[in-house]
Amino acid sequence: MTATNASPSDVSNNSRPSDKLSDDQLVKMLYDMMLIRRFEEKTMQAYQQAKIGGFCHIYIGQEASAVGSISALKDDDPIVGAYRDHGFALARGMHPNYCMAEMYGKITGCAKGKGGSMHMFDRDRHMYGGHAIVGGQCPLGTGLGFSIQYEEKDNVALCYLGDGALNQGGFFESMNLAAIWNLPVIFVLENNNYSMGTHIARGTAMANDLSAKAQAFGMRYAECDGLDVLDVYNTFSDQVAMTRNAKNPQWERGNWDEIEYSREGSNPGPAFVNVKTYRYQGHSMSDPQKYRSKDEVGEYKERDPINILVNHLIEAGKATQDQCHELDSKAKQVSKDAITFAEESPDMPTEEMFTDVYANPFGPYIKGGLPNIITNENSGE
Amino acid sequence: MVSTNGRTLQYREALREAMEEEMRIDERIFLMGEEVGEYNGAYKVSQGMLEEFGPRRIVDSPISETGFGGLGVGAAMYGLRPIIEFMSWSFCLVAADQIINNAPKMLYMSGGQFGCPAVFRGNNGAGGQLGSTHSWVVESLFSHVPGLKLAVPSTPRDAKGLLKAGIRDPDPFFNLESERMLGMGLHGDKDYSRYQHANKWAPPENDKDFIIELCKADIKKPGTDCTIVTDGRPVHFALEAAEALEEEGIDVEVVDVRTYRPLDIETIAGSVRRTGYAVVVDQSWPFASVGAEVASQIYEHCFDDLDNQVLRVHNDDIPAPYSRQREQDMLPNAKKIVDAVRSVTYNA
Repeated sequence: MTATNASPSDVSNNSRPSDKLSDDQLVKMLYDMMLIRRFEEKTMQAYQQAKIGGFCHIYIGQEASAVGSISALKDDDPIVGAYRDHGFALARGMHPNYCMAEMYGKITGCAKGKGGSMHMFDRDRHMYGGHAIVGGQCPLGTGLGFSIQYEEKDNVALCYLGDGALNQGGFFESMNLAAIWNLPVIFVLENNNYSMGTHIARGTAMANDLSAKAQAFGMRYAECDGLDVLDVYNTFSDQVAMTRNAKNPQWERGNWDEIEYSREGSNPGPAFVNVKTYRYQGHSMSDPQKYRSKDEVGEYKERDPINILVNHLIEAGKATQDQCHELDSKAKQVSKDAITFAEESPDMPTEEMFTDVYANPFGPYIKGGLPNIITNENSGE
Repeated sequence: MVSTNGRTLQYREALREAMEEEMRIDERIFLMGEEVGEYNGAYKVSQGMLEEFGPRRIVDSPISETGFGGLGVGAAMYGLRPIIEFMSWSFCLVAADQIINNAPKMLYMSGGQFGCPAVFRGNNGAGGQLGSTHSWVVESLFSHVPGLKLAVPSTPRDAKGLLKAGIRDPDPFFNLESERMLGMGLHGDKDYSRYQHANKWAPPENDKDFIIELCKADIKKPGTDCTIVTDGRPVHFALEAAEALEEEGIDVEVVDVRTYRPLDIETIAGSVRRTGYAVVVDQSWPFASVGAEVASQIYEHCFDDLDNQVLRVHNDDIPAPYSRQREQDMLPNAKKIVDAVRSVTYNA
């Protein structure tokens, strides 16, 4: 896509779910995006200072995708995603301290320093991890949808993937399983146009019309402007409502001839949502970005997701410029505090190396205790 | 027909009995795999289970091992207790990322927040002229990976007891069964029952809490002259060899490891210390195999007790040939075991 001048107010003629958001909720969404932005800036600094190791994928530019979609969920709807996962952790409410400490490899990290940047887990907040093998999370998300249906709960699982995962077999197998069993799962394509340095048009058939991916499985398709958090929120509010309580047609035996197929999918049933977003930074911290022009990046920055919401809130009289500055200052401070927390925390100690390998250990293995994120008050905001 | 206290039971029935009993007491358990439901199981392991448990819990999956293998991992993280059946372990290789990259590492990578109490099970080893891509033996591949547990049961009794233990265990559990053994117990197979009586063949009747603890090797035949350490189907090759060797006056002890992860090296080493000789048998290829690992551990634990080197018997180091006779030749068969025992005990 190219940058346009659409604003959230363009959709205000018809009643949209976002119309019902309270001022507090809108301000919370803004703060969450600001927090992700400022947190990621601190992450980049720490990485450049070699305090964070390994691979590190920055979420700046994509904030509206995580915040808009997660805002449309119930607190106990499970999510799972890929390795560009700090934004999800924060949007889901993980305290930034645990997220940063994990990247520092500290025992206070969400995974005790065993997972790192690409593996943010928060059981209490129903975040089933960032996963580092491209597309490897798709069957896991399908399993979450299966479990919800199996337990006859009214939750919806969100399975996030980048456009690079579109060409992994696990994605297609997952879409097929979700369709044949009509699972309550939404596959969320965070489409930032590049799988590392390969433009989507070079690696993905039908890149100009990704609805074809959903149609092939008779699954609902939706797309949204991933730079506009309210458009993301509205799209997910609708899609989540159309996914909740999806029932498995195969729980009735012997009606195979009567199963109806539709390219539009079923309601309630699973969905494939294309969130058109953009990352400002490279694929990872080590990416010199020779595959795209500075002009292209600049064009997107003109439509910054945080600025779009700030402008909307001020125009609509729901927040003042000062309030927005205040929120941003708070986000900066909280991010700074996360760095301090991470730096002051102890390393993952050697005795933790052999814990958590087995839940029921033997031989050299030791039963692990729960990480601080579970045992301590985790009041992220 | 093989019986224990009047009880006859095929290996496949023992597997079914294990799953049915556990499913009756734990609503979180479901069975998913190709042809497990309407077809009644490609190998009739799950015969009748759809009728009892219904399509919610006995789930026919399409041929998508990555998809349903990984679905099992996700469901286990959520809190269910999936049993994922691979029609053959040969077909699991396409799902390697899910079963050996996701399942065994989830607890560790999440800092103890999400475990993976899933069972993966299916047929392992040469099934009978299926060609090499269908004849995979996976214990050496998968025992390499920390975070999972792996069993290779050799009898209906062990199949039931180990599978029940694996279902109840909170860690990912790989049960390696054998197409060639599923019918054992039905047609009066040559089962070396003179070694297998005394409650060694069938599990006890009406004992829902019968389990075999993981990491407990079993002496399938006691003996004094040489220890044969083996697992799964080759246990029967070893018992066949034991009969032949008995005629030559060599009384071997056959130790069934039952589980490679964890490995009960104490029982193995205890036997080797008594006999002073060891032959290790598995149906992997020789290089970096479970047998190589067991041999190495025997050296570590019993160096001063050994009266000769440890010999290993494996599948020949070639892809499984289709030819009926040549396939038999490549297996770690009784003839190879007899030769190895003779060779290793020549100075006794």
